[in-house]
Amino acid sequence: MKKLNKIDQLKRKAEEIRYDIVDMIAEAGSGHPGGSLSGADLGSVLFFNEMKYDSQNPKWQDRDRFILSKGHAAPLLYTLLAHAGYFERSELKTLRKYKSRLQGHPASYMLPGVEVSTGSLGQGLSISCGIALAGKLDKKDFRVYTLLGDGELDEGQVWEAAMFAPHKKLDNLCAVVDRNRLQIDGDTEKVMALEPLRAKWDAFGWHTILIDGHDISEILRAFKEFHSVKDKPTIILAHTVKGKGVSFMENKAGWHGKAPNKDELEQALKEIKARMDV
Amino acid sequence: MKTQDLKPIRDGYGNALLELGKTNPNVLVLDADLSTSTRTNWFAEKFPDRFIDVGIAEQNMVNIAAGLSLEGKIPFVTTYGVFVCGRAFDQLRNTVCYSQLNVKIVGSHGGISVGPDGGSHQAIEDIALMRILPNMTVEVPCDHFQAYKATMKIAELKGPAFLRLAREATVAITDENTDFEIGKAQIIIEGDDCAVFFAGTIGAEVMKAVELLHKKRIFPTIINMHTIKPIDKECVIKYAKKFGEVMTVEEHLQAGGLGSAVAEVLAENYPAKMKMLAIYDRFGESGQPDVLLDAFGLSAEKISTQIEKFI
Repeated sequence: MKKLNKIDQLKRKAEEIRYDIVDMIAEAGSGHPGGSLSGADLGSVLFFNEMKYDSQNPKWQDRDRFILSKGHAAPLLYTLLAHAGYFERSELKTLRKYKSRLQGHPASYMLPGVEVSTGSLGQGLSISCGIALAGKLDKKDFRVYTLLGDGELDEGQVWEAAMFAPHKKLDNLCAVVDRNRLQIDGDTEKVMALEPLRAKWDAFGWHTILIDGHDISEILRAFKEFHSVKDKPTIILAHTVKGKGVSFMENKAGWHGKAPNKDELEQALKEIKARMDV
Repeated sequence: MKTQDLKPIRDGYGNALLELGKTNPNVLVLDADLSTSTRTNWFAEKFPDRFIDVGIAEQNMVNIAAGLSLEGKIPFVTTYGVFVCGRAFDQLRNTVCYSQLNVKIVGSHGGISVGPDGGSHQAIEDIALMRILPNMTVEVPCDHFQAYKATMKIAELKGPAFLRLAREATVAITDENTDFEIGKAQIIIEGDDCAVFFAGTIGAEVMKAVELLHKKRIFPTIINMHTIKPIDKECVIKYAKKFGEVMTVEEHLQAGGLGSAVAEVLAENYPAKMKMLAIYDRFGESGQPDVLLDAFGLSAEKISTQIEKFI
């Protein structure tokens, strides 16, 4: 993997990721653009600056592990993997089609680079705890990252894992919450209030970092801070905008799980491209 | 055959874990606050660093095991069958089986012979829930000798497996030298009058029923179907052909258990009439194990009467 160190490079990478996300969902005719776009900056920093891995050797023992707990953001994960060199970008167009390795939600037995299958919400943090614990038992120094949705925090199992990780002092674990404040039925605070969210994670014994999840330098700083924390897990509460980067999708719950039509695609790609050409 | 060896089947599991602790450093054991009951405390005392008590959190436990298995560990997830199969079903389906992970699920306290704790704690649907999952192997050993061997075998197996245990001390009907192979039914007695398939500790009642029947010059063939999945199709078809009809006995719901598994094989390959001794569309309840088995038609006396009627 070619590490991108400059903020401009990472910004551009995030836009390339957005471009492919929107394009592949339009081609598939279904999928989840809103939560894929909101995580594009976080994902880009993770895959092109923060994590160590070898796309030519997906099972390299010392790689950092990434678990997409919010499995519906599969287009985000697939795009990141393609750009990281796990497979050709052209395969992105097979999303959700019969015989494709790019299932509607990530299926690990089909696609190298996907650590574990996800899609049923609330399970990724527990799985990540298991991986992090194995790392501790084996005295390995890899790190484990997991991206959760904020609506996903409604699941009770997340809070079982929230108790487990500090209890086992899993300081090799970093959870990132894509806090875009929208779930399918609307505003997270109206559907099932999460706030005060930071106080909850603090109370559970996590090192909590609050950032703007679209500000590359803040994301970089947060991961750096994670490296310095000892004896407790870290959670980054990243405030984001659902559908970020496509004006008509931004902050619209309706774009959680809907594909753009031909005209919408054209406009979306135009907007993204304009930022890439800057 | 040892007839007087009375020991809970979970002791066989506990002993196998001790052996695996010594021989396989990748074996880890997880429990959800029931370690004294499930016998995982034996392992915990010897190998404290490889024992993880997650507290009362079965969903978390299954997925932590999933994560551990991704790193090459062989986690044995242990708690009451009713909790792991029910409460954590989605975790077993969507993470463990869908991702084909090497996680072993051990459901103790299967069946109504759990006794006084009542219907909430008696797993009578666990076999049905586990055997419908793609990639899952389902083992229902009949006594502590067989539980020991089944535990050792599933540790070697690559992929998810479910092992059903029971609470009560029951008479051993195999011994340490009895062969055990996953997916290969064990013929306990070859008789000329009928074929009876059973799974689990109910085998002790079946063997007592056989003694009663022998006095009446009735000689059933008794087959121990310790592996529900993959089921030994050849064996099922062979005995259906030989007798024209078969009978199944299990401490489980009639819907989805051993009887259903046998019926699926026969319906597709050699349609034959069946008699299923099982629990019919109801929950268990409190009571002493022997009282409950009799009330549910699964005591030696009731089984022998049914076999007599059947032939």
